[in-house]
Amino acid sequence: MPMMTTRFDQAPATLPGNVHAVCIQANAEEWLASAKALHGDGARLITLWGADDRDRDGSFRIYAAWLQSEGIVVLEHAIEDRINPKYMSLAPLFPAASRMQRAVHDLLGISTTEPDTRGWLRHDGWPEDVFPLRRDFEGARKYPATSSPYPFIEVEGEGVHEIAVGPVHAGIIEPGGFRFSVVGEKVLRLEERLGYTHKGVARLFQGTPQASGHRLAARLSGDSAVAFSWAWCAALESITGSVCPARAAALRALSLEHERLANHLGDLGALGNDAGFAFGLTQFSRLKEDLLRANAQIFGARYLMDFILPGGVAADLPPLASDQLLAQYSKLQEIVTDLRSIYDEHAGIQDRFRETGRLNHEQAVRLGALGLAARASGVACDLRVDHPWPPYDSLQTRPAMQTAGDVAARVQVRFDEVFESLRLCRALLGDIPDGPVQTAVSVAEHYRMGIGVIEGWRGPVAMVLEAGSEGTIRRCHAHDPSVQNWPLLEYAITGNLVPDFPLINKSFNLSYSGQDG
Amino acid sequence: MFDVLSRMVRTGILTEASSAQRLQKDIRSILGRALCIRLVDAGSCNGCELEIHALNNPYYNLEGLGIKFVASPRHADLLLVTGPVSVNMEEALKRTYDAVPDPKLVVAVGDCGACGGIFGTSYASRGAVANVIPVDHTVPGCPPAPLAIMEGILQSVRSNLTQSHTIQRRG
Repeated sequence: MPMMTTRFDQAPATLPGNVHAVCIQANAEEWLASAKALHGDGARLITLWGADDRDRDGSFRIYAAWLQSEGIVVLEHAIEDRINPKYMSLAPLFPAASRMQRAVHDLLGISTTEPDTRGWLRHDGWPEDVFPLRRDFEGARKYPATSSPYPFIEVEGEGVHEIAVGPVHAGIIEPGGFRFSVVGEKVLRLEERLGYTHKGVARLFQGTPQASGHRLAARLSGDSAVAFSWAWCAALESITGSVCPARAAALRALSLEHERLANHLGDLGALGNDAGFAFGLTQFSRLKEDLLRANAQIFGARYLMDFILPGGVAADLPPLASDQLLAQYSKLQEIVTDLRSIYDEHAGIQDRFRETGRLNHEQAVRLGALGLAARASGVACDLRVDHPWPPYDSLQTRPAMQTAGDVAARVQVRFDEVFESLRLCRALLGDIPDGPVQTAVSVAEHYRMGIGVIEGWRGPVAMVLEAGSEGTIRRCHAHDPSVQNWPLLEYAITGNLVPDFPLINKSFNLSYSGQDG
Repeated sequence: MFDVLSRMVRTGILTEASSAQRLQKDIRSILGRALCIRLVDAGSCNGCELEIHALNNPYYNLEGLGIKFVASPRHADLLLVTGPVSVNMEEALKRTYDAVPDPKLVVAVGDCGACGGIFGTSYASRGAVANVIPVDHTVPGCPPAPLAIMEGILQSVRSNLTQSHTIQRRG
């Protein structure tokens, strides 16, 4: 990767963050050339976002962040044409960029060279020429929703028909649109249409006080509240130079592992159920409930929406919490071990799990899969392992890894991660530092930018924060790994049977709210 | 098979008698039959969905009380709606509401459903569910705990029956 090396020799600006990050300015030519170099180096696209800086220096900007061996590389490309801002699409190199770029267009009116110009987050709820993240957008303005059909890509051929699903689904699930093109029961193609839960979070962040941004961050995707609020606080703390006290960092990690445990236990039960094994749902949902009740006793809430806040955590462990938790971990370890062997040896379940919804290694790499789904297809990536931040830098997390890429592999990754999380929780409690659980966080300087990346239970969540004047937020871009992983589902379902879709979908269990923002 | 049975026996019955039985009694006396619920996530962060899911775990065992979640609004007596209503879900929510046969009940779950929550109203959000469809009862909380949701469902049924009773007597 000669070019990037040259650039690194020129000492790119360090970007404040909880892992090592650099920011490189790129003109139009360098934007694509650097992206190509990063692609050649096997860098993984973490997120892509845009900015309206016309009030500051007359430019629009487009940013993209990658993970590579040294840490995070951010490319920053200022676009001079402020009438028709446009940049070179990264989708030919990084397919996952396609939807991110469509989202940037919907919110900022910055176009790409990509042929797919269909709205992604904008359905028909606001006019085509109105861009909510532009500085001159009237925040209080509301528009009546209109409705026009979405041009799904049609599959032609004898006997091909379509099944339209959503946005309201038949279950307790978030809304999203799925269009299946099928022959008989076999899926030829699935196309997703998301964006239904778009709540304008990026716009809401603008002007919010820095001291309360973590509350909004936690509500991007309720099942990843800890990961998002931690990523947000990490970004703010890195800009202000605040250091989260060691005890608070340990408690943050404990809550993050609890979030991972709760979600994995819930999914393992639901996956059993979707394979016709209701016993699994009963058993695992009970274990999840036990854990949530422990959360309520120990952290003050079943779901930890507001536990992590700037400078630390909301409360210290109550007396005897440690003993109670350790006893609970032992029980959990024993029962999950038992349930795993029941799952592994159950012919009916394994028949449904194996070879179903396969995403092979080549696809996972090419599509830029992240997190749990990537690890089930043989892609080694886990921020806790590759770029550990405190306290993970002293925990030696063991990454889970499977290669089959089917539902069974995603189940096995979850089982492995349950046991690893339990090990980490024990290690955290066994060696928890003394001291305060909060420190004061000063006000971040205007225009300073920082990044927080945290390995949530689905994969890495990212928060890019730019400080505004007088302790406000100028801009905040939140990114859920579901954005990269939703397209994987379109590949994994191909050639499978329609009735297997719920099972395959559940094996990824992606966030609609996190992707829609 | 032996492992499964052995695990079932060791787990025992976990359904919590006190709260569940009281609710069951109330539901039977009020409804005299089962209650069918259709959930619509109108734009939530998925936190409320997690707690609604929990209603079916063995501790709360909602189905054991004769309350079940159904796949179609046409089979439903009650709509449980979460989220601030996103602009992109407004039409789908209205259509789902229209598809539920009368008489119907609507319970808005969570701070967002009750009042718009942290998201409020904006270019992308219509805020509270009541801004889009008629709401009978709200359950605040972020997210509300399963028992609060159960109570909310019950209260909506109870107050609605009292109202219709009054109307009938007046008539």
